[in-house]
Amino acid sequence: MNVNGTAVTGYDAGARLLDVIREHLGLRGTKEGCGVGECGSCTVLLDGEPVCSCLVLAGQAEGREVTTVEGLASCPAGARLREQLVDHQALQCGYCIPGVMVSATAHLSRTEEVTEESVRTAISGNLCRCTGYTKLVSAVLTAASDTGAHS
Amino acid sequence: MSYFGNRVQRREDPALLTGHGRFIADHQPPGTVHAAFTRSPLAHARIRSVDLSAARAVPGVLAVYTHDDLPGLPKGARLPLHVPNAAITKPHTQAPLADGEVCFAGEAVAVVVAENSYVAEDAAALVAVEYDDLPPVSDIESALNGGHPSHADDADNVAAQLTVGYGDVDTAFAEAAHVVQATLKPHRGGGHAMECRGVLAQPDADGHNLTVRSGTQAPHLVKRSIMDVLGLSGDQVRVIAPPDVGGGFGPKAIVYPEDIIVPALARALGRPVKWIEDRREHFLCTTQERDQIWTVEMALNGDGTLRGLRGTMAHDSGAYLPWGVIMPYISATTTPGPYVLPAYQLHVTCVLTNTVPTTPVRGAGRPQAVFAIERLLDQAADQIGLDRADIRRRNLIPADQMPYEVGLTYRDGSPVIYDSGDYPATLEAGLERAEYTSFAERQRAGRAEGRLLGIGMAFYVEGTGLGPFEGAAVRVQQDGRIVVQTSAAPQGQSHQTVLAQLAADQLGVDIDQVSVVTGDTATMPIGIGTFASRIAVNAGSSVHVAAREVRQKIVDLAAAVLEVDAKDVELADGEVQVAGVPGSGRTFGELARIAQGMPGFSMPGGTAPGLMADSYFSPKRSTYAHGFHVAEIEIDPETGAVDIIHYVVVHDCGKVINPMVVDGQVQGGLAHGVGNALLEVMRYDTSAQPTTTTFADYLLPEAADVPVADVVHLESPTDLNPLGIKGAGEGGTIPAAAAVIAAIENAVAETGVRINHHPVTPAEIHHILHTAAPAEVSA
Repeated sequence: MNVNGTAVTGYDAGARLLDVIREHLGLRGTKEGCGVGECGSCTVLLDGEPVCSCLVLAGQAEGREVTTVEGLASCPAGARLREQLVDHQALQCGYCIPGVMVSATAHLSRTEEVTEESVRTAISGNLCRCTGYTKLVSAVLTAASDTGAHS
Repeated sequence: MSYFGNRVQRREDPALLTGHGRFIADHQPPGTVHAAFTRSPLAHARIRSVDLSAARAVPGVLAVYTHDDLPGLPKGARLPLHVPNAAITKPHTQAPLADGEVCFAGEAVAVVVAENSYVAEDAAALVAVEYDDLPPVSDIESALNGGHPSHADDADNVAAQLTVGYGDVDTAFAEAAHVVQATLKPHRGGGHAMECRGVLAQPDADGHNLTVRSGTQAPHLVKRSIMDVLGLSGDQVRVIAPPDVGGGFGPKAIVYPEDIIVPALARALGRPVKWIEDRREHFLCTTQERDQIWTVEMALNGDGTLRGLRGTMAHDSGAYLPWGVIMPYISATTTPGPYVLPAYQLHVTCVLTNTVPTTPVRGAGRPQAVFAIERLLDQAADQIGLDRADIRRRNLIPADQMPYEVGLTYRDGSPVIYDSGDYPATLEAGLERAEYTSFAERQRAGRAEGRLLGIGMAFYVEGTGLGPFEGAAVRVQQDGRIVVQTSAAPQGQSHQTVLAQLAADQLGVDIDQVSVVTGDTATMPIGIGTFASRIAVNAGSSVHVAAREVRQKIVDLAAAVLEVDAKDVELADGEVQVAGVPGSGRTFGELARIAQGMPGFSMPGGTAPGLMADSYFSPKRSTYAHGFHVAEIEIDPETGAVDIIHYVVVHDCGKVINPMVVDGQVQGGLAHGVGNALLEVMRYDTSAQPTTTTFADYLLPEAADVPVADVVHLESPTDLNPLGIKGAGEGGTIPAAAAVIAAIENAVAETGVRINHHPVTPAEIHHILHTAAPAEVSA
């Protein structure tokens, strides 16, 4: 598989993609919050689609493109979102944020008309206990308006 | 420019946004081995036998232990009772590994250490335990009436009893024009930080000293407990809360078996040992809160003014009570709230059950008390024929009576004295923002269209910033940078930002010149913990005081070096100069080098060594924040779903260090309260088995569930600390369930149903709408 554009080999195909990312590659940005696909902390992009990496076996990602929070640095939507999350002071503990970043970036990248409702739906799979989501949603909407995607 | 009071951006964010946060699970020193636990599947049982042979035979397993042979712990060892109280007659705390009897499902029975966590978990599943069932106690009612104990050797389930109150309640009720009665059942839930707990213990090369990282809110509490239980000296144990802890909310403020066992294993094996809790364990073993049953009545005069409140409250302590009776005590002392309540008496009974122990969760006993008195007030208003806002108006403590002594003793041992606040102004501000006066028209218009609108309100007063202290040390380094060290450990409260703001202001430097080091017992000898909305007041004041002292040292040293009078010295941008003489100065770094001394020479002008100071600011009593919530909701009559269409929060936490941080705390706290009101059910069946142990069963609020808080900020500064601040971490949660449930009750008012429990689910609302009767309490 490719992770953040770099070819990766030597992993256990039976391991969880989450563990390959965190343990084998040492990319610790992706977090485990529940291990059963219910909290979204471990969200990564698999060929551009947000998935819970705790539910994907490494073998299932073979030959595919994986993007983690670390890989969003090189993506314009990710950079804009990061800026807005700081400006809105949208974070608290930050544990869920890598997953939120991945889900929201995917939403921004492929949605023509971003609305508050569409953002709330897009990150509804990402649980956050600290923030109450309001500033996260505002930050995503502002990042969308920077690109003209915000209706 | 002053940083205090400004919307300073968080310094924590850049690392967190690029995946470079450093949480407990992200620490992986070379040679780390992994622990996993075998946990009881039964809520109450005796352990007949434990067979470790199959687990020990698994390749990669290094050790398997039970209570009887856990190295470094004496047989019979128990976790500490953090806050003893004379009222506690059954001071039960947990054994690190179960000692013959298990008292809740999930209690640890054995521990496995293996080369990786996969092997450790597989082997833990192979530990064969034979149990003899004991009758379980699943809730408060069965604890009081079930006829069998939750701990086999006990005669009953009453762990503590206390009576809180003042005034003559009997006369109040004898002379009352109106009396309303209710039985209220606020429900338990979890803190559910998105990061579960975790511990990593590393022994030194010689095995003498230990460095322990724990995802805790209270590293000094963990350190003291490790010392006590393992019999180690303070110089042998260093506990660090990682700079990033993924949420706390209370449950990470106690010491758990894993905090003791993992260090013991590291010492025994001479290797770093790591344990990371999974979510199922979090549901099974991490403390929860809020199950109480209040049976109370309120006495009022004909005009709706309060005469008295009395009754009983039963509190579910769970299987053990590591925090003693703190939560029920806070509940009992929160009840009078913002109201002139002439007489009050509450008998509290703390019961033991075979469920996860309860300790403070965001709000810590206060949401229940607010729920009780606010629901009674609504009931009284209806009975007397008063508007719900009016009954509150008639009873709020007038602003000119501040400071107001309630007549109770708070949990910190000091009298409950509300130090400042204009409660009537807070009420009116909330009603105005909520457009309360026109709500009746909105409601009527809605009804005409088949829409069910409702409005509810709740007020709270919250003791915050309680002592004893939380220390901070401030020093100028030889590179001119300022280092702030504090025993306080953050879990999202922005310590890196707000504490730096305070130091930068006193020293007149850019905030980027300040580094903040948190939660390390090696940097601060004593500390308490980040809980109870106390860190801004305690650690913040300590930073302020210490930084001011450092500033004076800088001035004194500069005066000596520049050979001028101290009053002629001025600080600006990390430099010190003779006032009005540009270029005359020294940088902080230069002065710091001088203050470090020259071997063999005296300090210049007799100044003190080191540009450093520490402070342990100790408030003389708690400072009382307050607020008022108004929730307007719409119920879908077909599904029973609740849509919160406008949520007003009036919030007064005194002066504000960083408004963005406070906004975030209020909004996040509200989300937690909305979860308690509408979603979060921690269900145990009659055998005390937890049946909601995933986020598919236990519903945390999602992005679409949480309303945007429409916040009105008011500021009533306190003189109990040098910054005039009060705590802000829990106010968003405390009255939310009371306000939302009141709004639901108002929306279904035509049914006449009173709702005195939470959460209330769509299914239950649907049931109420179709039967005009409350459903069985879903909790």
